Amino acid sequence: MTEAHPLETADRPGLRRVAIDPLTRVEGHGKVTLLLDEEGQVRQARLHIVEFRGFEKFIQGRPYWEVPVMVQRLCGICPVSHHLAASKAMDQVVGADTLTPTAEKVRRLMHYGQILQSHALHFFHLSSPDLLFGFDSEVARRNLVGVAAAYPDLARRGVLLRRFGQEVIRVTAGKRIHGTGSVPGGVNRSVAPGERRTLRAEATRIVDWSRDAVQLARRLFEQNLRTFREFATFPAHSLQLVRDDGALDLYHGGLRARTRDGATIFDHVDYSTYWEQVFEEVKPWSYMKFPYLRALGPEEGWYRVGPLTRVTGCDFIPSPLAEMQRREFLAFDGGSAAKATLGFHWARMIEMLHAAEVIAALLDDEDISGRELTTRGERRGRGVGVLEAPRGTLIHHYRVNEQDMVIRANLIVSTTHNNEAMNRAVREVARRYLDGRRLTEGLLNHVEVAIRAFDPCLSCATHALGQMPLALELVDADGSRLDRLVRD
Amino acid sequence: MTDLAGRKLRVATTSLAGCFGCHMSLLDIDERLFSLLEKIELDRSPLTDIKELGRCDIGIVEGGVCNAENVRVLREFRDRCRTLVAIGACAVTGGLPAQRNHLDLGLCLQEVYKTEPSLSKGLIPDDPELPLPLDKVHPLHEVVKIDYFIPGCPPSADAIWSFLSDLIAGRTPRLGPGLISYD
Repeated sequence: MTEAHPLETADRPGLRRVAIDPLTRVEGHGKVTLLLDEEGQVRQARLHIVEFRGFEKFIQGRPYWEVPVMVQRLCGICPVSHHLAASKAMDQVVGADTLTPTAEKVRRLMHYGQILQSHALHFFHLSSPDLLFGFDSEVARRNLVGVAAAYPDLARRGVLLRRFGQEVIRVTAGKRIHGTGSVPGGVNRSVAPGERRTLRAEATRIVDWSRDAVQLARRLFEQNLRTFREFATFPAHSLQLVRDDGALDLYHGGLRARTRDGATIFDHVDYSTYWEQVFEEVKPWSYMKFPYLRALGPEEGWYRVGPLTRVTGCDFIPSPLAEMQRREFLAFDGGSAAKATLGFHWARMIEMLHAAEVIAALLDDEDISGRELTTRGERRGRGVGVLEAPRGTLIHHYRVNEQDMVIRANLIVSTTHNNEAMNRAVREVARRYLDGRRLTEGLLNHVEVAIRAFDPCLSCATHALGQMPLALELVDADGSRLDRLVRD
Repeated sequence: MTDLAGRKLRVATTSLAGCFGCHMSLLDIDERLFSLLEKIELDRSPLTDIKELGRCDIGIVEGGVCNAENVRVLREFRDRCRTLVAIGACAVTGGLPAQRNHLDLGLCLQEVYKTEPSLSKGLIPDDPELPLPLDKVHPLHEVVKIDYFIPGCPPSADAIWSFLSDLIAGRTPRLGPGLISYD
């Protein structure tokens, strides 16, 4: 057991094993194992990702234009994230440094549609039962069916919010799941004026409902303040993209990292050399790697990504209603929600409101029905595409040879960034709620409540097995750089 | 809809080596979800917290079979579900994850976890908690008997709705024009 990660590895053999298998109401395949001693003290607690796929390996040898369509099959909940991150990387490969206004806006519309549908799904379909009924409420009721019975209007709104996001995706990508709308250098369709009008007519109601959802998230936090502000909470460093002016931007920006105390580690960093900031480590008990900030090293450098990080770490949200909510969130209870793991839910709903506002504005913009769809420029051998997916920073990196074949790929998916943070949340809950007690189903659900706050996409994490680029530096005795070699 | 004894049909769902896109497409039936939930009761599913599969009328399985745990879960579904449905490209053919079938798994693991020079310490995850990967990804029918196959990546919400409506009503499911896709 290392000091940096207490409870990660048990200090002695012969302990009793308890498993939460499979994790439910999360996306993908994972389990938690606990090892307990005779007194019921938790000695080890781990979140395992139990599958191995190999997408980066088998897309090698495929033509680059297939990649945006192939890699989105990493994940059926956030396919648009992979579709667009791969497209952004391939924009660089085809030399499309500035997209046409139509392409840029249609992609943004697609992306914010996805943020909206994914956040609605997570809050209403997956997490709301814990928050509405209690962490140890009756298992038969703790699901969407139970919510629909107790709060029919709420469940219905959740379904319709998600539906709207999916429809935005359909009109921009061609279909709701695994669409084909984005291509290297732009898009292959724009939004038909009729579809634009239909969606615009609905958008005002969606903004209203999103605002109500923020209020609901706030109310749930307020009602359970003492539990929520402490539950599975710990300080963490952070990583996110921000726009040049520091605004929240989920489609494009520079990398920003801050320490757990809020000090800047780096800011507005060009993501095309992300490997100078982020490295990865393997542990024998999970197929998911453990990334860390190089500046802080493998023990200290773990960090958190996602809605909580983004909403608290940006300088402002560039849409009025969401910005107002962000300020309230930061000020609430002396800032406790902005630090809390369960503050993720509230932050996620603020982002959903922002997405609804962005979508409404884009639907008013005639550019999304324009005809200039793609651009090209000087052909390049590599491309890096990064965006903020619903669950956090998503990195795609490809090398393409002169025959247009992909020869190398590295993907770091959002959930992987949160690997250590989620494990920490599990251990925190184990120590606080499970130690020395008879483990009931309701108590074990506390562990899952902590994991669900991060909205992990374990299926993304399962597929992605990266090959980080390698950078070698030759430094002289004074620490100044003599030479540098990069294999990307 | 209830069966002859007036009981709601029990339905279990799981995702093996898939991306959850088929489950998402099921949710894409939107408001029809509520009328579906009036006719069925969910057993083990990613949407509920039931971890142990009970006796079910219908089992819906997304994804192919890529490791020992997938085999175990699939056999359990076959054992306890009267009607077993393979939903989506991965369940029907192995799908995109089966692209790894022409690669050597050992070398693949080696390359990713061990020889990768940027890792601070290279090792292949081998904890007993991790189920053994199979050397190939298999479609479901290579492991158990499947009663119905719904192709598509994913099958559309309308296809899933039409299929389930037929099955629940006791009709032989038929996917009409426009409902079968092989993307």
